[in-house]
Amino acid sequence: MLELKGLVRRFGAVTAVDHISLSLKQGEVLGFLGPNAAGKSTTLRMIAGVLTPSEGDAFIAGHSILHDRHAAQANLGYLPEGAPLYDEMTPPEFLRFIGRARGMERGARESAIERVTADARIGAVSGKRIGDLSKGYRRRVGLAGAILTDPPVLLLDEPTDGLDPNQKRAVRALIKRMAPEKAILITTHTLEEVPAMCTRVVIADRGRILADDTPEGLAASVSEGGLERVFMDLTQSTEVTLA
Amino acid sequence: MTLAEVRTEAVNAFTGLTAVYRRELQTYFTTPMAYVFMAVFLIAVGVFTWEAGDFFGSGRADLGPFFLWHPWLYMIFMPALAMRLWSDERASGTAELLLSLPIGLLGLATGKLLAAWTVAAAALALTLPMWFTVNYLGDADNIAIALTYGMSLLMAGSYLSLGLALSALSRNQVTAFVLSVFVAFLFTAAGWPIVLSGVADLVGARAADSLARLSFLSHFEAAQRGVLEGRSVLFYLSFIVLWTGLSVLWAGRSRD
Repeated sequence: MLELKGLVRRFGAVTAVDHISLSLKQGEVLGFLGPNAAGKSTTLRMIAGVLTPSEGDAFIAGHSILHDRHAAQANLGYLPEGAPLYDEMTPPEFLRFIGRARGMERGARESAIERVTADARIGAVSGKRIGDLSKGYRRRVGLAGAILTDPPVLLLDEPTDGLDPNQKRAVRALIKRMAPEKAILITTHTLEEVPAMCTRVVIADRGRILADDTPEGLAASVSEGGLERVFMDLTQSTEVTLA
Repeated sequence: MTLAEVRTEAVNAFTGLTAVYRRELQTYFTTPMAYVFMAVFLIAVGVFTWEAGDFFGSGRADLGPFFLWHPWLYMIFMPALAMRLWSDERASGTAELLLSLPIGLLGLATGKLLAAWTVAAAALALTLPMWFTVNYLGDADNIAIALTYGMSLLMAGSYLSLGLALSALSRNQVTAFVLSVFVAFLFTAAGWPIVLSGVADLVGARAADSLARLSFLSHFEAAQRGVLEGRSVLFYLSFIVLWTGLSVLWAGRSRD
């Protein structure tokens, strides 16, 4: 479903992503973890076609993001970091725009809007301007936009950031429900929610993959402290260097 | 590349045009932006036509004093309309959302340009009572007036395409506006008699003539007399294509 082959992204002399390769099958939910500036969002931007890789390629449902960008993007739902939205629109207007831009016919578009409005639980704010919504609702509107076309691959950059515990639980449940049909890549800083959401974990730092296993497998690799201990052991060298 | 692939590429390039056009138009009209623009534009047109152009004092049933100021007014007003088109997307982060959609940059840019152009056309349409007024006052040459209106709209599109492209260079709307007004001034003032005579004195009449060919002012002059010049239509159309292309190029640079 999703395959990254030697993805590299340089910004001048800085290499933000350094030869990242991985593949994700249908039914897998990958938690992409790492400290700040690990290259997580840059990797997601390259997969989504927002940034051009300096080297390597990403394949979405078999379509290269470099050579067949439109087909690759058509098979992808993307929630960018911070969930940027159009403030002057209401959620249904925003979703209608996404549907039109993705070439959905009117009937299919309207029933999809109904479906994702229920899934993302944004029906209560349908009449409000997005600019007037709380951070949590904004993120859910962004999530609704990402799943509107029911794409086989989902990239979610910190989907639960800014949500209250109830909202987080609802989003986690939604991801679990969608998981069997899709390949989902999620970045998060909240390690506690990884075992509840993800079937696989990748820990990256300085643009490189340091670990790739199931949450249980990684947690079992240390005697105590679980996933958090593994994360700290693998990434604390960055903090030490920066300090 | 086969013919079918070329066709697919061409269709892909324009996908999303209608979605973006409708969204941009909605933004103009659900915020005070379009209404403020049209109100201020109408006031400015009125002041320049009646006061500076001495519309009633001219004693002629034509819209010469009205069209005379269009290039100068567009030089300020069209960049104001276009300044947010790309810069706002970059500042708010929605550019990332747009670039992740399976739509072509050409479709995006064209949709944005057409939406701004529609607002400009609406503002111009609101000046039509002036046309009715000259018909009431005397025997107006309506074909000439219709032609000048058409050329004015084409010229507005040219100023907008320039503003669209330059708004891709900055995430700050004010910077985009100032830059656009400056470049628009160069393309306007290049046909100003004072500038042309200065250039003719300095580097010769040939250079002045070449410079005049790049000016909105020179190309609008014939239209103001009611004459349709093919080369002027071609100039404005080429200008729009060139600057829309530049906006695609500059907006696409954020991927690199």
